[in-house]
Amino acid sequence: MQSEARTLGDVAAGVAPAAIENRTGIGRRADSLFGLLTLVSGSLVLIVLGFMVVSTTNTALPIFSSEGLSFVTSSNWNPADGNYGILAFIYGTLVTSIIALVIAIPVSLGIALYVVEAAPRWVRGPITYAVDLLAAVPSVVYGLWGVFVLLPLFLQPAAALLSEYLGFIPLFAGPPSGLSYFGAGVVLAIMVIPIISSLSREVIRTVPDADRYAAYALGATRWEMIRGAVIPRSRAGIVGAVMLGLGRALGETIAVALLVGSATRIDPSVVRPGYSMAAVIANQFQEASGDHIRALVGVGVVLFAITILVNMAARLMVWRMVER
Amino acid sequence: MTPPPFAAPASTALPNSAQAPDLTPQVGEYGVPQPSAAEPVFTIRDLSVYYGGNVALKEVSLDIMPREITAIIGPSGCGKSTFIRCLNRMNDLIPGATVTGDVFYHGQNIYAPEVDPVAVRRRIGMVFQRPNPFPKSVYDNVAFGPRINGFKGDLDELVENSLRAAALWDEVKDKLKKSALNLSGGQQQRLCIARAIAVEPDVILMDEPASALDPVATVRIEDLMQELKKQYSIIIVTHNMQQAARVSERTAFLYTEVDEETSSRWGILVEHGETGLIFTRPKDKRTEDYVSGRFG
Repeated sequence: MQSEARTLGDVAAGVAPAAIENRTGIGRRADSLFGLLTLVSGSLVLIVLGFMVVSTTNTALPIFSSEGLSFVTSSNWNPADGNYGILAFIYGTLVTSIIALVIAIPVSLGIALYVVEAAPRWVRGPITYAVDLLAAVPSVVYGLWGVFVLLPLFLQPAAALLSEYLGFIPLFAGPPSGLSYFGAGVVLAIMVIPIISSLSREVIRTVPDADRYAAYALGATRWEMIRGAVIPRSRAGIVGAVMLGLGRALGETIAVALLVGSATRIDPSVVRPGYSMAAVIANQFQEASGDHIRALVGVGVVLFAITILVNMAARLMVWRMVER
Repeated sequence: MTPPPFAAPASTALPNSAQAPDLTPQVGEYGVPQPSAAEPVFTIRDLSVYYGGNVALKEVSLDIMPREITAIIGPSGCGKSTFIRCLNRMNDLIPGATVTGDVFYHGQNIYAPEVDPVAVRRRIGMVFQRPNPFPKSVYDNVAFGPRINGFKGDLDELVENSLRAAALWDEVKDKLKKSALNLSGGQQQRLCIARAIAVEPDVILMDEPASALDPVATVRIEDLMQELKKQYSIIIVTHNMQQAARVSERTAFLYTEVDEETSSRWGILVEHGETGLIFTRPKDKRTEDYVSGRFG
């Protein structure tokens, strides 16, 4: 083993210091073993991702080549006649996600700002805990709750009100339905609110108090302090939180399948039934065969591509904000 | 020069009473106080601060004179920062902090129930220990205060004047749109001073403004303070006695008292007066020990 530590006495007595001894056994290889292990884990991600892209694209390739560009530009989806145009699904996915964000962003930021900046100490814990708990509820529960509780209680009447008072705008034209882009969007909003609000809450919490004091010392009210000091500091993180929420909304399957109305068409009104990409895959995969399956896999490939594009756009946005 | 000592913290002091200063000629060796019979900016009486029931600062009474630099010195933990934060009600922001006693600002009690702390802070600016510019452009940092205060006028001009007053204009005039976080520490602190000046306050509180800066940047801040005191009343907390001796006209010495039984500690005001006298002829033994470097 190692020699005893050198004492000042040893130094004075001229005792030679211990020589540098290499470790023996496995300890000597620990760093390289660890490096190898992490390399394997890291590569595994890339391999799985690559395999997924290649195999799904391969499966869907016959449809891509037979339909050509009309696969994504046509909304004529009729498996019985061999027509596979998925534009209506793309449209539905985007519209429900946008509705979800329009509702979720202000509510989520409100919750996050309330918890960090305004709430009395004793309510912070319970609210934080409740929000985090909501993020862990499985989406099928949200979907069922949406259909059996929210639909009669809120979605139907709200859709009716929207079309009654704003029906002159095509976006809200009737006849209204609770099972609609709007209905799916509202339930999606409820699902992504916990994600966006808990992430942005953590971001807002990291804003240094020095920034807050700086604003207060200039005679800022709490709102002015938040707008001037808290939001600028946490903007990039909040955008990141929103993008994660958007990612969940784009890919959400079962809750949307239950609430979107399953109508294969593009309806300009949000209170009318529609469809989404993930929902059509979930609904039709069981009964599909042959080209129909290939077309559904193709829907998955496009959904995957859209998700990647959204993520890249988000990264670009965050990166630009940090640059400034 | 006939530097008047601090108006004695007489118990009879009233907010508006212009106490005739004692004009006994006493020539200070360092600071050169304005020979004026001006009314104090702040008249502080029996000010105590509690954090969650524990006293942190006990019964401080002090007058702060206008257009001068007043230094608050004392050992760590004696409540210097706590004291200065009472003067613009920043302690209101600390959960569990309570303030008793009176702080009269030009005769108006800033702790009166009808007084809005936001309004107080618009008249009494503050510069903090660490430079804390917002993550915005240089321009937007300075413009922040005027904007929230509904400034109507030439904002560009106000920003330029504020930056000039903070001796920063020449260094940043070509990068007004660049992020303030790219500036050096000393420049950031001068930017924070410019930001405070931009709301046109009457008093500037400085809580150890140079303690995070290098010596060169410190000298620039000190020079700047000499310019600023022509227009503003400045109160500076510093743990650096040389700095207090260099820059201030008057000095107040705070000290930590310890209860031997409960080992709780709190700050008291031991002595205050003209800086030259505090450093050369302190009346109190504790002051003498501190300024001669025997503890601290």
